[in-house]
Amino acid sequence: MREKVVDVLVVGGGAAGMAAAASAGAQTLLLECDAEVGGVLNQCIHTGFGLHRYREELTGPEFGHRLLGELERSRAEVISGCTVIDIEHHGPVVHAVGPEGRLRIRPKALVWATGAGERPFGSLMTPGPRPAGIFTAGLAQRFVNIHGFLPGKRALILGSGDIGLIMARRLHLEGMEVAAVVEVQPFPGGLTRNVVQCLEDYNIPLLLCHGITEVHGRDRLTGVTIAQVDKSRLPIAGSERHFAVDTLILSIGLIPENELILPFTPIDPVNRGPRVNSLMQTEVPWLFAAGNNVVIFDLVDTVAAVGEMAGASAALYARGELPQERLTRLVRGENVLHLVPSSLVAESPTVLYLRVSRPINAAMVHVGDVISRKQSVVRPSEMIEIHIPQDALRELVKKDEVHVKVTEG
Amino acid sequence: MEKKLTCVSCPIGCGITVRIEDNVVTRIAGNQCPRGETYAQQEAIDPMRVLSTSVRVIGGEFPLVSVKTDRPVPKRLILQIMNYVRTLSIEAPVKIGQVVAEYLLGMSASLVATREVHLAQQRTSRSISENSL
Repeated sequence: MREKVVDVLVVGGGAAGMAAAASAGAQTLLLECDAEVGGVLNQCIHTGFGLHRYREELTGPEFGHRLLGELERSRAEVISGCTVIDIEHHGPVVHAVGPEGRLRIRPKALVWATGAGERPFGSLMTPGPRPAGIFTAGLAQRFVNIHGFLPGKRALILGSGDIGLIMARRLHLEGMEVAAVVEVQPFPGGLTRNVVQCLEDYNIPLLLCHGITEVHGRDRLTGVTIAQVDKSRLPIAGSERHFAVDTLILSIGLIPENELILPFTPIDPVNRGPRVNSLMQTEVPWLFAAGNNVVIFDLVDTVAAVGEMAGASAALYARGELPQERLTRLVRGENVLHLVPSSLVAESPTVLYLRVSRPINAAMVHVGDVISRKQSVVRPSEMIEIHIPQDALRELVKKDEVHVKVTEG
Repeated sequence: MEKKLTCVSCPIGCGITVRIEDNVVTRIAGNQCPRGETYAQQEAIDPMRVLSTSVRVIGGEFPLVSVKTDRPVPKRLILQIMNYVRTLSIEAPVKIGQVVAEYLLGMSASLVATREVHLAQQRTSRSISENSL
């Protein structure tokens, strides 16, 4: 077993981890479990990335390539094909297994950037057998875009989040028949532009207020029964329809990946990720976090931005230069679902990321009594970003706690 | 004739109403920015899209390279372009931005690689050096 001492260890080489390692600089080690860095960007071959960060529209692999350039210039070391298996939080000591065997790392600071996993079929508790042919959208995307396999011949897609919509178009273009996209809510989960250019462009039906009631097939999926649902999402008797498909694609949500830090890290139960301050420092002082393991973000541009913040803060901590200051707690007020960070630190560039719990027209976003921002419309599917100017921050951090809320009118 | 469109230029997705007389756009309403006007002008007459897909790679670390058209192409030709792309293959190594196919269906659009694909062997030696601490 080999041992290694580093200033900053970054776990996860997706957009957040690459940006974190690039901004942490030398004396930084990044571990990636896949054969190459880039994370989900490598398989997101469609365009729509980078409008904020690079001011142009890029595909996922192009966005990843730019981040890789930043990472290479930073002189951070990268080990791919290396999985972290345990973290001893006294120390801390990180145990990993890579292509050359076991590795024991003693970092001064750690950036947790493991991203998220897809919500699996089992979570739906759908009646029926468990045949082959049921895939999460990201897995199907990896098969098609990285390995060059189609998952089947005729597919039904459950969930109209952006990944589901993108996969409907991708499978159609590669020659699969996409019978329909089924969505339990009365509105599509993804962006309108994706409904237009992924479904309407290719006449793929979108069935709102529908859910899956049964799957069929012994070895391989042979069909799926769906039904219309009522307001409490229960199937309406008599509305059942059968689709003869050999493939079911699930785009039903992402779950932040925090298993290894859960035993010793305070978690925000709504975000489902570690509580972090505005420097992306968790409540375990040497542990920083960034990316979809903190909360599910909308844009990779945002993920890279919080990654940069986490990496820079971790590097300062490792050198003993991160100021230890009194924190101002941020408290969820009305209509606020996701909220990052959980507390404010004085004198640091600060951005709040929040998601509302329901759509509101003519909304007003309040941060304490210092900031009030008008938004013509806010929706749960679109995260709100609030950049806090230094003078407002100075007012806010005088208090012990600040309420964040979204009101009507 | 009036057409209702949803702008796909950015994530806001404005609802745009377009009036068309004799295949000419005479009125555009509902867009919040100039990009919407350009989009509606084209969308009402002949919708254009950037196509992203993948091409088979020979001798590479991965069997595929992701590609995109270097400019928007007519939506009505996308399935035809896909049929052509399916017949293509390219030898590794592939550089990002490398032209994979020119003059798609006789148009000025090219297909360009959106990632690097190294030679299968080169990759192995690289990952070993990466992993020696």
